[in-house]
Amino acid sequence: MDKQKQQQAYENYVKQKTPVHNLPLNMAKAFVTGGAVCLLGQCILNFCKSQGLDKDISGGWTSILLILLSVLLTGFNIYPGIAKWGGAGALVPITGFANSVASPAIEYQKEGQVMGIGCKIFTIAGPVILYGIFTSWVLGLGYWILKISNIL
Amino acid sequence: MNHQNCIKGAQSIEFEEAPYLISSAAVAGKKEGEGPLGKMFDMVGEDDLFGADTWEEAESTMQKEACLLALGKAHISQTQVRYLFGGDLLRQGIATSIGVEELEIPMFGLYGACSTSGEALALASMNVAAGYGEYMLAVTSSHFGSAEKEFRFPLSYANQRPLSAHWTVTGSGAFLVGTRRSHVRITGVTIGKIVDYGLKDSQNMGACMAPAACDTIIRNLEDFGRAPEDYNRIVTGDLGYVGQSILFDLVIGKGYDIKKNHMDCGMTIFDQETQDTHAGGSGCGCAATTLSAYILPKIERGEWKRVLFVPTGALMSTVSFNEGASVPGIAHAIVLEHC
Repeated sequence: MDKQKQQQAYENYVKQKTPVHNLPLNMAKAFVTGGAVCLLGQCILNFCKSQGLDKDISGGWTSILLILLSVLLTGFNIYPGIAKWGGAGALVPITGFANSVASPAIEYQKEGQVMGIGCKIFTIAGPVILYGIFTSWVLGLGYWILKISNIL
Repeated sequence: MNHQNCIKGAQSIEFEEAPYLISSAAVAGKKEGEGPLGKMFDMVGEDDLFGADTWEEAESTMQKEACLLALGKAHISQTQVRYLFGGDLLRQGIATSIGVEELEIPMFGLYGACSTSGEALALASMNVAAGYGEYMLAVTSSHFGSAEKEFRFPLSYANQRPLSAHWTVTGSGAFLVGTRRSHVRITGVTIGKIVDYGLKDSQNMGACMAPAACDTIIRNLEDFGRAPEDYNRIVTGDLGYVGQSILFDLVIGKGYDIKKNHMDCGMTIFDQETQDTHAGGSGCGCAATTLSAYILPKIERGEWKRVLFVPTGALMSTVSFNEGASVPGIAHAIVLEHC
């Protein structure tokens, strides 16, 4: 118990000694970066629509082009710099997800097509995919139960 | 030979016949080459691959080059070296195994995280002092690419590093220890024990290692009956800015003050203002290259008469970290004297 208290005291002391990023500034940068990605997406979407594509197909093109752009920027090692400045603003949109898949592919390519890229491409994105699918399954189940019990 | 009177205090050795640090070499990466010590390294890579295909091979190449340079400076051939003590940060110490393979020197593979240079120097000097050989080689390395890949994320993964995070030094340092006269002697060592204050933040290694550094420094002072002023410099390996301020507080708590003559390799090797390295440099290569390129020349010239070199290591693995274990620290102290 005494040891635990000591550890807690040290942890608190270290916390107070350790500098952290400026939160409001980081939030502002994330807002600008994330906003810029979304603005770009909106421009692509509007352009596709103006070319006479329907809403769903335009949305598809928007995602694909944003992913392509992010993967290219990752390959040229520009994306990490954007994320360093923009933080969550670069991580949360679809471009961040594309980066998290492309970067292990680049790094582990040396370990081979199967054991390298194959096994490790989803080391970062894997949890997002797993729990994303699981959550949607749980929500779907809830929706189905509400539906058969005539609540919806 | 009677080594009884070499044993000092609880954890130290003071050599009767102090071995000499005959020569050393530092090989560093591009970013390190652009830093404050850039011109002092023996070799700086144009890129961080050193002509190899992978980060791991590059790290091995650096080790081999560092060993060959250190041997070359002393005009000693590798067949004259009795034992080699080497280690790195990678799993199973693979950078060392592959790096020193071609040298064909009987070797011990070590792991002490970033304190490995101290561990290797201590063992090399103990073996020389004990008369087990005329020449021993101590070598260690780290590589930003291979360390990031092993402990953190792929290099091109987009994330924001916390301000307490360190920047792993790409570099390797090799040291030839022996009985042949030079201007630097290893007069004593203090072997550190593992010190764990229960911290679990692997992105704040300075705070994880500071208690170990404090413990070893105090132990050294008490074992040898010295005061901090008896050393021109007390040099820690890679505590960085956060770790240094914690170390000062911890040492003051024990009744000593090392503020005036403390230096940290992690804070010396990079320029924090321009190189964006946050808390400072880290890795086995950080302390080793700084010792070879910056500290040893000063001792050789007699600018510093006595230096306590204390490389510090954060002992963690990717598994222990994921399983919620704390990050214990270790530090070894090497007493270097001008002669």
